[in-house]
Amino acid sequence: MRAYLIRRFMELIPTALIIVVGSFALVRLAPGSPFSSEKELPPEIRRQLDAKYGFDKPLPEQFARYLGNLLRGDLGPSTKYPQRSVNEIIADGFPISLTLAGVALVWSLLVGITAGIIGAVRQNTVWDHTAMAAALVGISIPSFVLGPLLVLLFALRLHLLPPAGWGDLQHVILPGITLGTIYAASIARLTRGGMLEVVRSDFIRTARAKGLSERLIIWRHMLRGGLLPVVSYLGPAIASMLTGSVVVEKIFNLPGIGPYFVDAAFNRDYFLVMGIVVLYAFFLLVLNLMVDVIYGLLDPRIEYS
Amino acid sequence: MTGIPPPSAAAEAPGNGGLVAGSSLWHDAWKRLRKNRLAVASGIVILVLTAACLVGPLVIATTWGYDYETQDLAYGARPPSWQHPFGTDFYGRDLLTRVLYGGRVSLTVGLLAAVVAATIGTVYGAVSSYAGGVVDSIMMRAVDILYALPYMFLVIILVTILGKSLLLVFLALGAVGWLLTARIVRGQVMSLKEQDFVTAARSLGTPAHDIVFRHLIPNTLGPVIVTFTLTVPSMILQEAFLSFLGLGVQAPRPSLGALINDGANQMLVFWWTLAFPGAVMAILLFALNFLGDGVRDALDPRMKH
Repeated sequence: MRAYLIRRFMELIPTALIIVVGSFALVRLAPGSPFSSEKELPPEIRRQLDAKYGFDKPLPEQFARYLGNLLRGDLGPSTKYPQRSVNEIIADGFPISLTLAGVALVWSLLVGITAGIIGAVRQNTVWDHTAMAAALVGISIPSFVLGPLLVLLFALRLHLLPPAGWGDLQHVILPGITLGTIYAASIARLTRGGMLEVVRSDFIRTARAKGLSERLIIWRHMLRGGLLPVVSYLGPAIASMLTGSVVVEKIFNLPGIGPYFVDAAFNRDYFLVMGIVVLYAFFLLVLNLMVDVIYGLLDPRIEYS
Repeated sequence: MTGIPPPSAAAEAPGNGGLVAGSSLWHDAWKRLRKNRLAVASGIVILVLTAACLVGPLVIATTWGYDYETQDLAYGARPPSWQHPFGTDFYGRDLLTRVLYGGRVSLTVGLLAAVVAATIGTVYGAVSSYAGGVVDSIMMRAVDILYALPYMFLVIILVTILGKSLLLVFLALGAVGWLLTARIVRGQVMSLKEQDFVTAARSLGTPAHDIVFRHLIPNTLGPVIVTFTLTVPSMILQEAFLSFLGLGVQAPRPSLGALINDGANQMLVFWWTLAFPGAVMAILLFALNFLGDGVRDALDPRMKH
């Protein structure tokens, strides 16, 4: 197991390098420059700015320098916000985006798995149909429609939660629900499908034959099988929760990473765009590795070699 | 997903006399789909909405003489009335016209992006699997890497590179959205390429590209169509995300996402500016998802429990 983990971790290194090279190429080969969107600058000033950020050097040299700084944990300066470094901007925004995605994840797992279990255990009853119809509605309502509706109901009519802005955990409840609902719906369908898949399998029959209680069979055996598709869905789901937070942050006016990223992409703020993409990519790589490991722990048929 | 039998000869050459007619996979699937009342109802809803979006703006323009950008400042922000069933927006533009026009944009972008994604994914997956060996590992490794990348961020970067035009939004979405199709097609081809008809074709000296495009890809169409129908609503949603962030279709041309963004900002004063675009968007996604589920159940009955 330990050897497997170390090997998988080593495999991440070339992947990470490819991602850095790829995103550097994508960002730098795009037409335009950080200083082209504003008024036409006098050539001397333009030259000085290029020299200040090192944009006058050949691209391979710039890349080598970027990689060196990256290894030391320095993501470079921001051209859009000259008084702040990319590290500072990310340190401000990323925890908020991460909290939002975390709340969304917890919400989607709680609601999704519960609805999925109800659907599978009470298959083809009113319970099942209600849960699955609700899931389909959940999949079809875009977050930017759901968000304003939740604000209208819980913040402006019932005054239970703040409508927008950032302060404490209360401020991420509505955004988290807004972001997580669509995933809750998918998880409900996956859980139900996965559990029904194992219902007819031999190990469930064995469990019944051993005289295990129905409750134990559901929780110990069926749920385990039912969660396998959910676990493999979690990698892409968390990735899209993290990036989907861009929209939700805009709805609820949260100062996360999202607004910075859209701004940075438009203004060709090379270091900020790169910094955010690289950070998220690394984060997701490690996360996908964790998902793989959890998958193996849940499914005894998988062996580590 | 390997349980789908290759379509019979009748499916590959439709209308080829009455020899084997009536027993093909496609015929059976069509029969099953027609029995699924929800899917049929969804199909009708989609047809009606599409027709309304295509013809509606034209009819309104010829009858009442205004289009999506005709302003009537004296008649700004009025609630629904007989003359303007969806009301008017802040600038006195007819909201019904704008919603219909926006729906046209959403449907076009969703459909084209899904076509781009399905095409890239199918060819990529088939080539990777048929080539096998090192080529296959490298190509699939690339898919793994892309899978781990922050998807929405890549689309945003692509949109800022390509420019904010309608034409390129669907290219950007499709260019990033083909991964799932590639994986599914690869899995299919893995089992297909060992079958006798491929060996026969190869022993006859059929060139590799003919085997891939004539023999392998047509036999993977079932799962590809299923993925395609479920990709359309997700692409429509992505386009709305982009428009919501101000990156999609540019004003004064409307798209559903942009209309919802406007509406969300003024929902407390002018509720109809959020309610109608939001409802149309939700109904459209709902119907497309229902139809997609129906197509999946029809083409792959094993999936249904």
